[in-house]
Amino acid sequence: MLRHLRPALVMIAAFTAITGLLYPLAMTGVAQTFFPEEANGSLLAVNGEAKGSALIGQAFAGDRYFHGRPSATLGPDPSDPSKTTALPYNASNSGGSNLGPSNQALIDRIKTDSAELKAQNPGVSLPIDLVTTSGSGLDPHLSPEAAQFQVPRVAMARNLPVERVHQLVTQNTEGRILGFIGEPRVNVLKLNLVLDRDAR
Amino acid sequence: MTINGWVQILVFCALVAAIVSPLGWYMTRVFAGEKTFLSPLLRPVESGLYKLAGIDEREEQHWLTYALAMLAFNLTGFLVLYGLQRFQAALPYNPMEMANVAPDLSFNTAVSFVTNTNWQNYGGESTMSYLVQMVGLTVQNFLSAATGIALAIALVRGFSRASAKGIGNFWADMTRAVLYVLLPLCIVLAVVYVARGVPQTLGASVDVTTLEGGKQTIAVGPVASQLAIKMLGTNGGGFFNANSAHPFENPDALVNLIQMISIFAIGAGLTNVFGRMVGDQRQGWAILGAMAFLFLAGVSVAYWAEAGGNPLVHALGVEGGNMEGKEVRFGTAMSALFAVVTTAASCGAVNAMLSSFMPLGGMIPLINMELGEIVIGGVGAGLYGMLLFVIVTMFVAGLMVGRTPEYLGKKIEAKEVKMAILAILSLPVVMLGFTAIAVVTPTALSSIGNPGPHGFAEVLYAYVSGAANNGSAFGSLSGNTPWYNLTLGAAMLIGRFFVIIPAMAIAGSMAAKKRLPVSAGTFPTHGGLFIGLLVGVILIVGGLTFFPALALGPIVEHLSVIAGQSFAAGG
Repeated sequence: MLRHLRPALVMIAAFTAITGLLYPLAMTGVAQTFFPEEANGSLLAVNGEAKGSALIGQAFAGDRYFHGRPSATLGPDPSDPSKTTALPYNASNSGGSNLGPSNQALIDRIKTDSAELKAQNPGVSLPIDLVTTSGSGLDPHLSPEAAQFQVPRVAMARNLPVERVHQLVTQNTEGRILGFIGEPRVNVLKLNLVLDRDAR
Repeated sequence: MTINGWVQILVFCALVAAIVSPLGWYMTRVFAGEKTFLSPLLRPVESGLYKLAGIDEREEQHWLTYALAMLAFNLTGFLVLYGLQRFQAALPYNPMEMANVAPDLSFNTAVSFVTNTNWQNYGGESTMSYLVQMVGLTVQNFLSAATGIALAIALVRGFSRASAKGIGNFWADMTRAVLYVLLPLCIVLAVVYVARGVPQTLGASVDVTTLEGGKQTIAVGPVASQLAIKMLGTNGGGFFNANSAHPFENPDALVNLIQMISIFAIGAGLTNVFGRMVGDQRQGWAILGAMAFLFLAGVSVAYWAEAGGNPLVHALGVEGGNMEGKEVRFGTAMSALFAVVTTAASCGAVNAMLSSFMPLGGMIPLINMELGEIVIGGVGAGLYGMLLFVIVTMFVAGLMVGRTPEYLGKKIEAKEVKMAILAILSLPVVMLGFTAIAVVTPTALSSIGNPGPHGFAEVLYAYVSGAANNGSAFGSLSGNTPWYNLTLGAAMLIGRFFVIIPAMAIAGSMAAKKRLPVSAGTFPTHGGLFIGLLVGVILIVGGLTFFPALALGPIVEHLSVIAGQSFAAGG
């Protein structure tokens, strides 16, 4: 074993330098030079002030905005920092609910949420992504159906014609990449920014 | 299930199949020490490293020497990674001022990364400094992957050589794996990832004021460089807690596709290296064929289960596939495919939360790992795991016709069969043994997050994932407790080294054997009959071993869900 000590130490040291410092630092240099926006979190700015990231969902509660999916992320409890409490779209502590499919807590949550949403928009079928939490808790997207589902509420709160809001959702729907990779989706933050800009 | 979902799955398979041969050709040259297009650039670095370390790259090592060198290297790596975590608060590149990591968690994480498992009992963005992520975790991502590749090459030499004393040089194999295979591919992949939106910065988290006036702290970091090797080296440890479900770690479906391909790339390519080195590429394709059969069977079940959705939710009048724990941009098809890919290879990265999968959708990852990660498998580990099953298969075939079994002109004798069985049996002993102990231990039970059979599945999944060196999890289990940190650490060590050492012993004894000429009685090992027999042996061994445990977990949960029964905590 001892005669392997020198190669082991030298190789660990050398590869720590190459793969642990040189590689990530060089990549950081390349990224910051050629893709500065992407490399720093794809931030969306309004009047020079960052309002969020194009890739990270935000918590929306008011009727004037489209709401993202439910989020299961946690954050420190303000009353007791040693504990955690629900903090939706906490982008410094990602994670899902991890509720199993047979867990009564999952079924109860979906029951409550779906009753509330169905009351808002009776007679329209409720898209599943509106009542399920995402894996990251930071999903920036809705399915086009889930965005369209919220159009009447947003239109009413903003005093806009329903058709106009429908149109905005359709314009902000992204299709599958190359026509078949992934799923059609609407970026909620971008849609809400467009709403604020174009349709006060 | 949709046609578009299947098109994506088949395009993925086609792309993987397309890179097998070119990558196999390239890696065969690299590990034979031949010139490649990167040699003018890398050869001086390589020679310099050997000189510094005092290594003669042409020295052929006995299998025991080879294994000892590997152990010394892994032990050193473990100590360094443990130390980095214990002292991260005093070290640089820690803009978020993370505290030192606790001893039991540091032990678990160090074992986890050295054994290529990457079980995450830590929350990436909330526990580890940038320095630990780069100099600690990223380095072991490279080195544990390179170790796996080196071992696979050594075992293949056992079959390709005749009357030879040595099986190659560990230091040369490991160094070449990093310099010529992993690093160049990672550089290309990292640039692609950044271009699609994966962050790569040493700056601290970004604070923004949201549209509704709230505060949001967005964690960033040197993500792309770690992501590239996390996938390519089948490591799977995420920069972020949510791993590849996090939009920064997997921003869109194209990146998702590239990530899945890079999980399979080297493992699939190594089957071709095997074929080329033994002088008959059909031998490699036959192994890949058996893997592909098991893979497609798994994908079909998982996609069917997830696209079908949850009957308990449908009963509430909400139709659709199972989207709990999944991201809209991936949907059920690419989430199910990713889950099967990541557990077929021993990657363990996830783009959806497996704990929230349907019972049968979550059972497929479990089965993939229980079979020992041989469907493509971890880089290197998959090939040597599969070759162990080949030995058992040839032994069974030999028993059927009453002939001494041979594989590739080498007699398979008692020693090789014993070693193969030792390796194959050590996995279920660890997986089921630890699970059995945990489910009667109150401190272990208190970590369970979901009631009913799902809770049992969480514990089973943890030890299966640890021993198989996968690292994915049913995240509902609170694994960051001294009990799980220590027992899972032990499971990972046994699962890695009780397979590696017997595999190396087989490599040594095979290399020393003479090659027998092909005769009329030789069982051809490149055809459908061989593939069928191999798949049969794998499924029978796995089925007999694990069916009772699966029946207690996912199967009973599936039957409950379709009967409309849910489980309440404390009930």
